[in-house]
Amino acid sequence: MTLLISISAAVISTLVWYCNARARNLKIGTLVLMYWGASLMWLVDACAEYIEIGSAYFTPAAADMLNDAFLGFTVVVLGMVIWIASLLIRDPAGTLHNVLSKNH
Amino acid sequence: MACFIVPTTEAIVTTIGKKMMQKHEEKHPVSTDKISFSEKLGWLNKLLWGGSALLAMEHLWHGEISPFPPFLTAAADAQELTVVLHEMATSGVGMAVLVTAVWGVMCVVSDKIHLKQLVNQEQSDSTTEEVPV
Repeated sequence: MTLLISISAAVISTLVWYCNARARNLKIGTLVLMYWGASLMWLVDACAEYIEIGSAYFTPAAADMLNDAFLGFTVVVLGMVIWIASLLIRDPAGTLHNVLSKNH
Repeated sequence: MACFIVPTTEAIVTTIGKKMMQKHEEKHPVSTDKISFSEKLGWLNKLLWGGSALLAMEHLWHGEISPFPPFLTAAADAQELTVVLHEMATSGVGMAVLVTAVWGVMCVVSDKIHLKQLVNQEQSDSTTEEVPV
């Protein structure tokens, strides 16, 4: 479930990056690479688990699925938080700099 | 259990490599018909750091790591530590290899696209020069 959610987030963010120039200016590429990196790593994890437990991998218990889904969404939000923090630190449009210099 | 440590270690190495490469490229500028290697290393850094950070969150979620020493909850038990090391050697190395392989493909494809764009641009430039005024 976590793998599915992270791949979905990676695909959606890639589409936004591809279609929207404003999003590219906001360095959404960082978020795209983060999600793809995590998705690839979870893919390896999933393969290792499949080798270990076989087809039982595809029939998880409902409670496990719910927990994994909750984790997946938490991870997606964490990715966004890291991206927004890096955006504010880099401040590519100079917005933060302008706001702070106006106040002083 | 601690598989993300392997890609994190690779991320540290590639981050240092990127800094060194940037310094080298500042001294010896590369031609514009290629995407600089430091920029490509930046992509790998983001893939590795981002993936490792999100995986660390998963391990924290499952109680496999803790924010306090010894950080790995399995480190207290020697038998569990063997399992951790085995997982690092299998899943961890697999993660690092897969991410690096995908990055390698990204580099080759992006170079080809960049080269194609340059050729198209040169062709359009030459045809506009040939047009009689």
